Amino acid sequence: MNTDMKRRVFLKGSLAAGTMAVAAGAGLLAPQAVLAAWPKSAFKSKAPADALKGVFGSGTTQASDKIKIKAPDIAENGAVVPVTVSSSIPGVESIAIMASNNPTPLVAVFKLGKSTAADVSCRIKMGKTGDVVGVVKAGGKLYAARKSVKVTIGGCGG
Amino acid sequence: MARKPIKIRAKLKGSMTTVKCLMSHPMETGRRKNKKTGKLIPAHFIQNVVAKHGDNEVLNADWSGGVSKNPYMAFKFSGASKGDTVTISWTDNMGKSASASATIK
Repeated sequence: MNTDMKRRVFLKGSLAAGTMAVAAGAGLLAPQAVLAAWPKSAFKSKAPADALKGVFGSGTTQASDKIKIKAPDIAENGAVVPVTVSSSIPGVESIAIMASNNPTPLVAVFKLGKSTAADVSCRIKMGKTGDVVGVVKAGGKLYAARKSVKVTIGGCGG
Repeated sequence: MARKPIKIRAKLKGSMTTVKCLMSHPMETGRRKNKKTGKLIPAHFIQNVVAKHGDNEVLNADWSGGVSKNPYMAFKFSGASKGDTVTISWTDNMGKSASASATIK
């Protein structure tokens, strides 16, 4: 199972790299700076701490009760799990959403503008039952909160 | 691709503007197999989403294939007034992009 997963990740990586090269060659990558900024290593990391390091430069978080995660207790369909992360911590710069038991835990990173409230929602996939982790960066520090979501049908399989 | 790549609703309430949007995208992780051929379906997902209020960037999101198919996103920001324009654009890992705008109601 484990080697199989690795093989898959490798395949995925090489496929992605291939298409990127083709696209770059054809001059299709219009906003190149945007794509270059995509933290690839973080999104490929299999451990939540590594993923955070890739995005924020640090993997240590402080638990905080000022972060609220709105997600269902039981998700009937793991392919669509609505998640809202909000925080009352002042000066929030970015919010990351992770599904801790996914093959690659980091799902999304939202970088907020100055006038944007620390309140973002999206729908994520969850392979199996696990915690949804909301990580908030404010004033150079990382804060985290988690909520367990039970998944009855996984969203990553075929 | 799809007829309407992004649907946007932007509503002003008090001082906050709530923006909700739906994007039309397959969001393939690259881990799924085609049931008939047994081959892996190549990864195809939105990597970056940028939301702008006028020229001011209010949200910049990096995504992985872990975001659901036909992604939904909602956020709030302040400092806008009715009739202003909100623009949302995305770029995926195959270099495709789309953009749409809506006026704040």
